[in-house]
Amino acid sequence: MQSHGGSGSQARSVIEGSDADVVTLALAHDITLIEDEGLIEEGWIDEFDSNSSPYTSTITFLVRAGNEKNIQDWDDLIREGVDVITPDPKSSGGACWNFLAAWYYADLTYNGDETQMKEFVSALYDNVLVMDSGARGATTTFVENGQGDVLIAWENEALLALEEYPGEYEMITPSISIKAEPSVAIVDENVDSNGTREVAEAYLSYLYTDEAQQIIGENYYRPINEEILNTFSDTFDLSVELCTIDDFGGWDQAYEDFFQDGAIFDEIYNAE
Amino acid sequence: MKKNEASKRKVKKGHSVIPGRGLTMGITVTMLSLLILIPLASIMAYSFRLSWSEFVELITRQNVVRAFATSISCALIAAVINSIFGLILAWVLVRYEFPGKRLMDAMIELPFALPTAVAGITLSKMYSNQGIIGKFFDQFGIRISYTKIGLTIALIFIGIPFVVRALQPVIEKLPESFEEAATMLGASKTYTFFRVILPELTPALLTGFGLALARGIGEYGSVIYISGNSEKNGTQVVSYVIMQKLNSGNADYEGAAAIALVLLIISFLLLFVINMIQLAAGRRTK
Amino acid sequence: MNQKADAKRKSSQMGIAPLVLIIISAIFFILMLVMPLVIVIYRSLKDGLALYVEAITADNTLSAWRVTLIATVIAVLVNTFFGLCAAWLITKFEFRGRQVLSTLIDIPFSISPVIAGLAFIMTFGRMGWATPFIEKINEIFGTDIALVFSVPGVVLATIFVTFPFVSRELIPVMEAQGTEEEEAAAMMGAKGFTIFRKVTFPHIKWTLLYGVILCTARALGEFGAVYAVSKARGQTFTLTLEVDALYMAGSADSITQAFAVSSLLVIMAVVILLLKQLVEFRMKREH
Repeated sequence: MQSHGGSGSQARSVIEGSDADVVTLALAHDITLIEDEGLIEEGWIDEFDSNSSPYTSTITFLVRAGNEKNIQDWDDLIREGVDVITPDPKSSGGACWNFLAAWYYADLTYNGDETQMKEFVSALYDNVLVMDSGARGATTTFVENGQGDVLIAWENEALLALEEYPGEYEMITPSISIKAEPSVAIVDENVDSNGTREVAEAYLSYLYTDEAQQIIGENYYRPINEEILNTFSDTFDLSVELCTIDDFGGWDQAYEDFFQDGAIFDEIYNAE
Repeated sequence: MKKNEASKRKVKKGHSVIPGRGLTMGITVTMLSLLILIPLASIMAYSFRLSWSEFVELITRQNVVRAFATSISCALIAAVINSIFGLILAWVLVRYEFPGKRLMDAMIELPFALPTAVAGITLSKMYSNQGIIGKFFDQFGIRISYTKIGLTIALIFIGIPFVVRALQPVIEKLPESFEEAATMLGASKTYTFFRVILPELTPALLTGFGLALARGIGEYGSVIYISGNSEKNGTQVVSYVIMQKLNSGNADYEGAAAIALVLLIISFLLLFVINMIQLAAGRRTK
Repeated sequence: MNQKADAKRKSSQMGIAPLVLIIISAIFFILMLVMPLVIVIYRSLKDGLALYVEAITADNTLSAWRVTLIATVIAVLVNTFFGLCAAWLITKFEFRGRQVLSTLIDIPFSISPVIAGLAFIMTFGRMGWATPFIEKINEIFGTDIALVFSVPGVVLATIFVTFPFVSRELIPVMEAQGTEEEEAAAMMGAKGFTIFRKVTFPHIKWTLLYGVILCTARALGEFGAVYAVSKARGQTFTLTLEVDALYMAGSADSITQAFAVSSLLVIMAVVILLLKQLVEFRMKREH
């Protein structure tokens, strides 16, 4: 079953009764939601290699050809007159990674001074011109409707845009970013009632084979297989310093600290 | 007329000789309950999972209050604008002959028929600063897409047929001799309009206004693409906040249901008032 | 543009006020209603006819056509039946709660489509309270009915949003018509359905058709409510969901394809509205 929609809404459709056998979601937290309903068994994260993430990506900037505003790194995004497009992290799982990448940059820049860090991300989100409900919507706003100077995007989305619109955009990889790990899991309840566990397991295991890893790389996701990843060194900037979700104490902790109602995102975004 | 009406009501009050009362009552109530009321009751049931204080805390949250303020104020402005343009359109379509009139009349309901998502995508493109109309306004530093103005335009788009269609039949019934008589008696055109014509049209105008308003307050599809959904700029609408609650990392069904319940109550009250106006007007003109 | 010139020609007989009003109407009409149409068509053909044809004959589009037609036909039938019953009840009899009943019927008219979708999920979804009943039914009869994320779910959501469209058109007309004719027929001993067919129906046939057409138009274009209960592209997606999916797929081609599929919906909308105009014309001529 081919599903569609943001990470959160896909997690929701499984909770609400869709009979999907496997889910591949933008962040582990959304799978935890399904787990909480008892549809996925505990320990799914160790069921497949590297935290059940057969591929990763990172957060980069997509700018218009010529990079008129000379955007090179995160601190360029808070300059006056720079219009940023990024989706709403409270409604898009993928966009949570965008926020955390910026936060990590601020953390290193201000040596963990939380007040300054909040000021930084607050200034960044002040520059956000359009906050779409999902990553795809944000890409469309930037590309199709020509809004903003820079789109904070997943690397694979940015590379895809470069391919789709040759010569119109440039991708800028910031000095520091985050390792975005989409998660895969088998929906235990569904495969048991559909009798499809074997197929589902075979499918997810396949994603880790050399063949699949190659295809993954060609589709602009970073393969987790180091060897294969290195063959794509022309495509990906492998020198960028990446933090991981573990630096934030895991997704459940990060979600509570940053994106829950009244947490840091609300605080910095609502500050008058 | 008056006598006739009185006698008719007397007949109605007593046992009607017309058959089918029980049958149609049964069918109507059953279908209404199964298809509409029971699903809606689930929303109520879900929101009652929150305690009263949680409920109050949630719906008085800054972003929720703001979203209600945005939805209601933009829908109000759109409904007012629609009342003005709707009145002009309806008047022109009934009273004057001009080429293209048929086509214009046919297309008034386009916003009903056009999928809201298509409308939203198209409008946001048209009115963005790169778009065909947005470009023009951008020269004067006016941004339309991704602001409250764009949001209001989307609501004008979806609301216009309600007003025109409510007014048209009433204007048709308004005899032209009405205005002529007033003019002959020496009344000025403006006086005639405000004192003679407008009062006749008021119930229909209110109905159209109310329907456009009710539809606008809950609108989703056409709005999300053009509004920019920024809490800070006050362009998040209530429907967006409900979806945000659902799609957030908590999949907050109770919260979504609670906000939906408030929206539902507002819709119901608006509709109730509209129906009162309509039935009252119906009785009066009969 | 043509309209302006013609209006000018007429201005000699018409005076200044009508002219101004017509021009205002024309501008509003062109800006708000015509332009979006033109943009959709233009954008869908921008990258050539080949891509357009590819988009409208893609498997997903064809599947979406099927679902859209199924949902529309069933919704129109159900709502027509309901509309006739409800209009008969509300206009031919006086009873307590008549006002509330007619308001309740109108609810879907103004309700947020988001709420409609939510309502179905909370009733028939996995965590919905009605699900155990449905499972029981499936168990007993060996059926496999699912009311969300399935075509029946799409049909239900479509019925919901178009529920009052027929009754709302019928009620004012039948209310204005009064009850004398039916009473007379009843006293002469005519049976219920005969009264309806011989006495009431001739008065309302064009209105009924008008309501059916509006209902069809709305059913074809529904997005929000259907969005909540349909997640499988190529299986339970309607045309509007397919448009959204294509648009959100983000590539240059898919956006063009989204507009191509939109143009289908737009063309259908225009055809239906012209049909409606024809009906209206007949309606007026008969009165």
